[in-house]
Amino acid sequence: MTTWVAVLGACVACFALKLAGYLAPDAWLERPRVVRIAGLVTVALLAALVAVQTVATGRQLQLDARVPALGVAALLLWRRAPFVVVVAAAALTAAVLRALT
Amino acid sequence: MASDSARAAVLRQALSIGVATGAYGISFGALAVAGGLTVPQACVLSLAMFTGGSQFAFVGVVAAAGSAGAAVATAALLGARNGFYGLQMARILRPRGSRRLLTAHVTIDETTAVGSAQAAVHPDRPDLARVGFWATALAVFALWNAATLLGALVGNALGDPRRYGLDAAAAAAFLALLWPRLATGSTRLVAAGAVLVASVLVPLLPPGMPVLAAALVAVVAGWREPAAARSVRS
Repeated sequence: MTTWVAVLGACVACFALKLAGYLAPDAWLERPRVVRIAGLVTVALLAALVAVQTVATGRQLQLDARVPALGVAALLLWRRAPFVVVVAAAALTAAVLRALT
Repeated sequence: MASDSARAAVLRQALSIGVATGAYGISFGALAVAGGLTVPQACVLSLAMFTGGSQFAFVGVVAAAGSAGAAVATAALLGARNGFYGLQMARILRPRGSRRLLTAHVTIDETTAVGSAQAAVHPDRPDLARVGFWATALAVFALWNAATLLGALVGNALGDPRRYGLDAAAAAAFLALLWPRLATGSTRLVAAGAVLVASVLVPLLPPGMPVLAAALVAVVAGWREPAAARSVRS
């Protein structure tokens, strides 16, 4: 029961946050500073998500098979490989390294 | 003809993002059930929350026996970035009335990345941003939810999702979304700063907070007009 309340509460909160971006006054959207920051925030959050997904395990920093897997992904992106190839190659690299060690 | 090939390329990109998202949707379903949620709870999260980072964070707190309040707060904090994405996509898509509800629901990392990249690369073709956003929304929504159900059902049989490298797949997916945005020196600098801030804060703050704190790098970097624009104007 408590879990359902948390599930639904979190869903409502996340939807409200998504909607807030669209309900912000138009005048905000014309300000160069807001436009500039909104674009950079996307970059910062995606970069932070890459970092956290790669080196964090809970609240610990841990360098493991994810690091070389991300290196393979970066190399493939540099070589302009398709998205799905990049993701699959990263998963395969981590899986193989873990199987070997 | 050229316009058709651009459109086809966007649709292909949307589909491949959907497929890749589906791959780690399986890991979400598996992790959710392993963390103590029921199959319907895992599916409601994917249908109604529909923002992967928050969903993983929510399951993480539940699995670590955190409080319901902590689970909701962590999911919401991590989901706050979608509000910034909404701000950005509102400029590009300009939805009106009730259409905003549906647009908001599918405003996530993947749809914003594709929609805003199209708007940046083809400023003369607003239809491509629209097609990219909605095609990605449809592909990701369908495959993310199907994969969640599949992952939740076979979760116990699958065992540790890390064995299949699904955690590395999530990191690679975020990197692939980030990649096209690293074209200028200033975005590279912001990305590097965000990586540094988030990594340093991982041991110091609860899960979810380091990523949010990294957004401050963008606020600081974007607060002042770029030097180039200032010198042109003066």
